[in-house]
Amino acid sequence: MAIDASEVQKVAHLARLSISDDAVDATTTTISSILELVDQMQAVDTQNVEPLANPLDATQRLRADVVSEDNQREKLQSCAPAVEDGLFLVPRVIE
Amino acid sequence: MQWETVIGLEIHVQLATKTKIFSGASTAFGAEPNTQACAVDLGLPGILPVVNEEAINMAIKFGLGIDAEINKVNVFERKNYFYPDLPKGYQTTQLEKPIVGAGHVDITLADGSTKSIRIHHAHLEEDAGKSLHEDFHGMSGIDLNRAGTPLIEIVTEPDIRSSEEAVAFAKKLHSIVTTLGICDGEMSQGSMRFDVNVSVRPKGQEELGTRTETKNLNSFKFMEAAIHKEVERQIDVLEDGGKITQETRLYNGDTGEARSMRSKEEANDYRYFPCPDLLPVVIDDSRLEKLKADMPEMPDAKKARFIANFGLNDYDAEILSGDQATAHYFEASVAVSQDAKLSANWVMGELSRSLNQSSIGISASPVTAEMLGGLIQRIKDNTISGKIAKEVFEALWNGEGTSADDVIEKKGLKQVTDTGAIETMIDEVLAANAQQVDNYRAAPEDKRGKMIGFFVGKCMQASKGKANPGMVNQILKQKLDG
Repeated sequence: MAIDASEVQKVAHLARLSISDDAVDATTTTISSILELVDQMQAVDTQNVEPLANPLDATQRLRADVVSEDNQREKLQSCAPAVEDGLFLVPRVIE
Repeated sequence: MQWETVIGLEIHVQLATKTKIFSGASTAFGAEPNTQACAVDLGLPGILPVVNEEAINMAIKFGLGIDAEINKVNVFERKNYFYPDLPKGYQTTQLEKPIVGAGHVDITLADGSTKSIRIHHAHLEEDAGKSLHEDFHGMSGIDLNRAGTPLIEIVTEPDIRSSEEAVAFAKKLHSIVTTLGICDGEMSQGSMRFDVNVSVRPKGQEELGTRTETKNLNSFKFMEAAIHKEVERQIDVLEDGGKITQETRLYNGDTGEARSMRSKEEANDYRYFPCPDLLPVVIDDSRLEKLKADMPEMPDAKKARFIANFGLNDYDAEILSGDQATAHYFEASVAVSQDAKLSANWVMGELSRSLNQSSIGISASPVTAEMLGGLIQRIKDNTISGKIAKEVFEALWNGEGTSADDVIEKKGLKQVTDTGAIETMIDEVLAANAQQVDNYRAAPEDKRGKMIGFFVGKCMQASKGKANPGMVNQILKQKLDG
């Protein structure tokens, strides 16, 4: 399966990655070659194989419902570019 | 043309855990902004989510409560999109293997019939933070206290056919999750939020029309109004020869206005994949058995029991079993009053009226279930009449006594049942109204029943409501019909 340049640009936009125009062709070729590898793998018969959600042969450990984190706002906001009234400030978003 | 409305709902229910789904930060409502958002909730580098056991248990309880299959192996996935209230850049949710499979919720319609609404599935996920759009020098403020709060998202099949059915379903769901104790049910705090998918089609047509989705409705009233408005809009568009665009819409409950949100075609490409930070959650039989054993009585079973054991009619049983606190209050009052029908009447009448007027919940009622039960006892043993009972109730409501007996004693409201005293009073009333007595005696038999009401009224007035109305009636009749 191949991928074209416009799809690469779309996926890049969804991932908020900036790919310069002269890098688009090379990226397209690289991703296409990965997809070709996937095509080869598709040939394997997986009829009786359970889909794998995680390669580790283990199950999720659960945590007791007990508060373990106290208020660290000051520390956590010290690296934020803009803060006011305890809120993180971000470029305005309007729906 | 006749149109049929088709509705499917997605409901976000905030689980009543003490901590977030993937972190040990508190979920308490109303905290200062960002004081309950830890590194995991903020999506800082190097974090590792750990699943809250109680969130798993609560989701399973919901599944058991709607007769659904529980998927013993369920998987968390990443739903990728960018928005400032989602700092990780993805929401951790479930898609292919949700914890709760297909089930059903049965609703009672206005005509008393029952309809089963199929649940497609319910999955666990994390809530996002909140964006505050007030002007912070042209910027938006972000509060991440809510980020990571555990949610179950419940998805129905498109089985709902009107806004009334949608509201009946929503109320039933509210009753189920509060009975299970998995959600506090506080709609005004966003504990339950509804997304409504609406389409219309010509009556009789099999194929579904194009649907729109109205998001984030947080009251039954707004949901009903939003559906009404959207159905009308779609019919108008179609009857004018137009086409419905699949889109997400917003409804403003305060202004009653609805509008289209930006088209989400592109944003809908969420590129889900299994979350590499989380292993599959495996639910073993012992957990399932333990949760099954701890299940409370569900609203449908409670309603059936109220009908069977207390002889209530369907309507009364539905209302009294609908909400855990109301059901509890009702049963506690019956335990004292020993009269289910009278308890039902008082809980749904006087009590609920007073609660509504003061906008307080039944569990905070100043008249406790025991007080009400005691009051009903005094009506039954003829200590007070129904009318005086209302006065006693009001006094209890206003904190003027600790029990019905206390109020009756203090205010001297005990009913007069002494035949001699009642006779004397009646004689006085008759003497003072000689003309009416003559009229009564001149009237034909079938008119007298109504006319006697005049004398009963006068007697009750003379006794300040304390005379036993049954006795007054009986003695009056004897004297008048002589």
